[in-house]
Amino acid sequence: MKRGNGFLAAGLALTGLLAALVLLGFFWTPCDPSAMAAGPKFAPPSLAHWMGTDNFGRDIFSRVLQGAGATASIALATLAIGAVGGCLAGALTGYFGGPVDEVLMRLNDALTAFPSILLALVVISLLGPGKKSNVILALGLVFIPSFARVSRTAFTSLRDVNYIQSARLMGAPGGRILALHMLPNTLAVLLPALTIGFNNAVLAEASMSFLGIGVTPPDASLGYMLSEAQGMLFAAPWYAAGTGLAIVLMVFSVGLLGEGLRRRDKGVL
Amino acid sequence: MKRKLLEVLLLLGLLCAVLCGCGGGSTAKTPEEGPASGSSEPEAQPPAGQPNEITVGIAQDLDESLDPHLAVAAGTKEVMFNVFEGLVKPTPEGDLVPAVASSFTSDGTTYTFTLREGVKFHNGQAVEMEDVVASIERNADDSQGEALIPALAAIERMEVEGNQLAITLAQPDNEFLASLTLAILPRDYGQQDTAPVGTGPFRFVSRTAQDSIVLERFEDYWGEPAYLDKVTFKIIENADSILMSLQSGAVDLFAHLTSTQAAQLGEDFNIEEGTMNLVQAMYLNHAEKPFDDVRVRQALCYAIDRQQILDLAFDGYGSLIGSSMYPAFGKYFDEELTRYYTHDVEKAKALLADAGYPGGFSMAITVPSNYQPHIDTAQVIVEQLKQVGITAEIQLVEWGSWLSDVYAGRQYQATVVGVDASTMTARALLERFTSTAGNNFINYNNAEYDAFFQEAITAADDAAQTAAYKQAEANLTENAANVYIQDLADLVAVRKGLEGVRFYPIYVLDLSGVRYTA
Amino acid sequence: MKDLLKRVLALLATMLAVSFLTFAAFSLISGDTATAMLGTSATPERLAALRAELGLDRPLAVRYGKWLLGFFTGDLGVSTSYQQPVRELLAPKVGLTLWLSLMSFVLITAVSIPLGVWSAGRRRFEGARTALNQLGMAVPPFFTGILLSWVFGVGLKWFMPGQFPDAGQDFAGAAVYLFFAAAALSIPRIAMTVRMLRSTVQEELGKDYVRTAISRGNGRRAVLRRHVLKNALPPVVTFLAQTMAEIVAGSIVVEQVFVIPGLGRMLVASIANRDYPVVQAIVVILALWVVLAGTAADLINQRIDPRLRLGGAA
Repeated sequence: MKRGNGFLAAGLALTGLLAALVLLGFFWTPCDPSAMAAGPKFAPPSLAHWMGTDNFGRDIFSRVLQGAGATASIALATLAIGAVGGCLAGALTGYFGGPVDEVLMRLNDALTAFPSILLALVVISLLGPGKKSNVILALGLVFIPSFARVSRTAFTSLRDVNYIQSARLMGAPGGRILALHMLPNTLAVLLPALTIGFNNAVLAEASMSFLGIGVTPPDASLGYMLSEAQGMLFAAPWYAAGTGLAIVLMVFSVGLLGEGLRRRDKGVL
Repeated sequence: MKRKLLEVLLLLGLLCAVLCGCGGGSTAKTPEEGPASGSSEPEAQPPAGQPNEITVGIAQDLDESLDPHLAVAAGTKEVMFNVFEGLVKPTPEGDLVPAVASSFTSDGTTYTFTLREGVKFHNGQAVEMEDVVASIERNADDSQGEALIPALAAIERMEVEGNQLAITLAQPDNEFLASLTLAILPRDYGQQDTAPVGTGPFRFVSRTAQDSIVLERFEDYWGEPAYLDKVTFKIIENADSILMSLQSGAVDLFAHLTSTQAAQLGEDFNIEEGTMNLVQAMYLNHAEKPFDDVRVRQALCYAIDRQQILDLAFDGYGSLIGSSMYPAFGKYFDEELTRYYTHDVEKAKALLADAGYPGGFSMAITVPSNYQPHIDTAQVIVEQLKQVGITAEIQLVEWGSWLSDVYAGRQYQATVVGVDASTMTARALLERFTSTAGNNFINYNNAEYDAFFQEAITAADDAAQTAAYKQAEANLTENAANVYIQDLADLVAVRKGLEGVRFYPIYVLDLSGVRYTA
Repeated sequence: MKDLLKRVLALLATMLAVSFLTFAAFSLISGDTATAMLGTSATPERLAALRAELGLDRPLAVRYGKWLLGFFTGDLGVSTSYQQPVRELLAPKVGLTLWLSLMSFVLITAVSIPLGVWSAGRRRFEGARTALNQLGMAVPPFFTGILLSWVFGVGLKWFMPGQFPDAGQDFAGAAVYLFFAAAALSIPRIAMTVRMLRSTVQEELGKDYVRTAISRGNGRRAVLRRHVLKNALPPVVTFLAQTMAEIVAGSIVVEQVFVIPGLGRMLVASIANRDYPVVQAIVVILALWVVLAGTAADLINQRIDPRLRLGGAA
């Protein structure tokens, strides 16, 4: 119990700190994140530029602050679509089984194999380019199958557990059973999937920006910055390090928080 | 990630115009040495124990037909330049010298070529006049709507007499010779798409999709043979792998590096600088408001500080331009035009106010996502436009979408790309801005311009032609047809111990002169 | 037998669905094969001529039917970009991606299952291990890839980043090269699998039947093996099957970072080139991959837990 609270505390503290920073980034950054020649080109980290500067002499820390906001909001929105859609599909198929299960799971397989880039291109051509909602919708759709698969198994194995069966015998409606009794018990499986999903969403957003959706320069997103930093590894290793660590820290702190929450709910170590 | 890296830059890059006054009436002599000449050094050898071969990194796969008549990507033509030759071929100086022909004469209307003796195809067959005629006819065929090389439509007849080929044009054309750099191919060979056969100093060995292309020295080459036994082109698309492969020793030579990449290479490399030969500009769609207003376009030109673009995004590399012509085109390039618009925020604001936009406006700059230098340029432009109240937003699009939406569909406001000539003539750079041109993707419509252009292509002599082309260029500048920026620098990393990279006024990577220093 | 037939039908249905979706997607997105092939040398006349030549001017259903017919007669068509038969073009790449995926899969399974079970039974440094695990999940493969090729490639020179050796000539070199790529791909997945396995095993360990079994004098280890694993495994097996599918998607990123000429890179390039015969072929291969992995997982789970039989026994 104590340890669980430790995770919760650490996760809350870290996530809170990061969230505060991200919020701050929406209103204020040390330098204008897109101002060029704010400092010398490829300046290493210093007091003036905590994470150094990039190829335009832009302050990387300011860009990370601003980019983290974009990344977090896109990744969270994406995950929300993916997790809700996936859980719904997983719950339906896992709980009811039968032909619904068959059809949905086959569709799921088809979607998993469908290249996400192509899906993204379809979304752009339907909605028009240059909209931030594009990336969220495209990525959200991409993330549904994996969540569906994970949650389906969880729901299936819970289906015949005693207390669920008794709830069913008592005539509780299916939706209620699913939401109140089964969903909390599938969290063990879903939480890590969410953590990895967040990570994947950050990266997918970066690769999507090359297709013309998502964040476009001079605006920053962590994923896009990391892929940009890749080409400057030798001139400015701090660029890749700064953005990479920001992503890791973000995912890590949310992961800790998730772990802490789970432990508190379960009372397990 | 950066696929088709350079397609945007360079459209077809094929032929070299007669740049330095070897126009009508001149007779070129066979050079005493082949194109691999230049210095008469002793046989260059790699360090003892190493094979006499190099690996060249290229950022773009040759993912299309390898048939030189059908290939369209600049990156393909760049590599295959080593494999193919025409009757004439370009030199680093920008002249055209005989290649498969041993000599030629011309009076502007009739071009007469003598077939060089003993030229062989890579498959061992001797080049015959029928091959030459078939190759030209294939490119002149317009039964599908348009000839592969439209300039060849002017051919009235071709007459063969022994080893002489006389080509007669319907009307004089000073730039015609440039079209005859078209590759001479064996006439009965059906696999050019995947296993091409030409007459150049290297022969094609293999292509592995997304991995490599292998060329080997052609031992029966008619001219001075290449120094290297074998060249492997390794396709490396993403920026950090480019650097790592150079650092780790996997790659010996890499062209078209950015200044940032070049600066990151250590002691093992020499960086050689040439030009990319393209017109990088923010191209404006004249059919879209507010870019139909000349004052708005001029305001954009004044608002943008081109020198700052070079400094911020290119470490100062690159040459400023002022119209649709780049410096390597010596005689057509008018340096005055590069100074026509100077950075002047107040003037830009005044022009905008005059045009009815005192507070500026919002615009989208569409940029293909596969070429970082254009994205970087656009980022600086966005910052500079803020100062005159214009809110510009970059819209990255995938190259395939750019081709269909911007280039073919003309659905855009502004786009930052580099354009080069489909054939290396002034005509190829300037014809696209005539009001009826099929590839006039900026929708430029200026009667005066059309007249200048018409005057140029029908001019009787070279001087009149040059003058008319320059007037056309000035017209583009004065009307601020586009926001002209620069011709990018071409930075080539060459491993120490290698030498002989030569820059051309066209987009090629000639490896026949590359050798290990003794 | 009926089950088998059902599965084959399901497999066919999935592949039909995905191939049709891909085909339809191609007619929705901007830019077609002809504009991609002609590039900036395109003019309206040339585009029209090429479209007619390629049959792009015909209705979607006709084109799809033609492709389907070709597919079932073993003709995958000719790549519109490389002008090479698709089969010939993809043959070496399928093997490479298969190899990379299997390597990652083996790596994930071989590391995470023992690690997960081991870790479930121990309390010491539990907090630190969990934190480390969370960290493993938080590191993007893209970032790991850059780090690995920097340290082991540029620094230690164990392999040359950007120079993938020809497997036929230098098998060991190719294997080492692929190992690092597989490692970059696997780390977060290993962390996630360990995490999952550990929590499911722990949950099972806390259940009554385990306590009863142990109190009856059965060895803790034997109970773990005989009962606990059996109940803890199904979600993990499903997860691993899904991992198999996602490894293929992840290989796109890793193939880019490590410059490996596999299917993933080919897919990205072919979409950009609007090379639909190649894209269709790759998508179908990937679909087969996903479905087979999913089917394998179902079968294994049914073995472990009969409640999961197809159709459900509700």
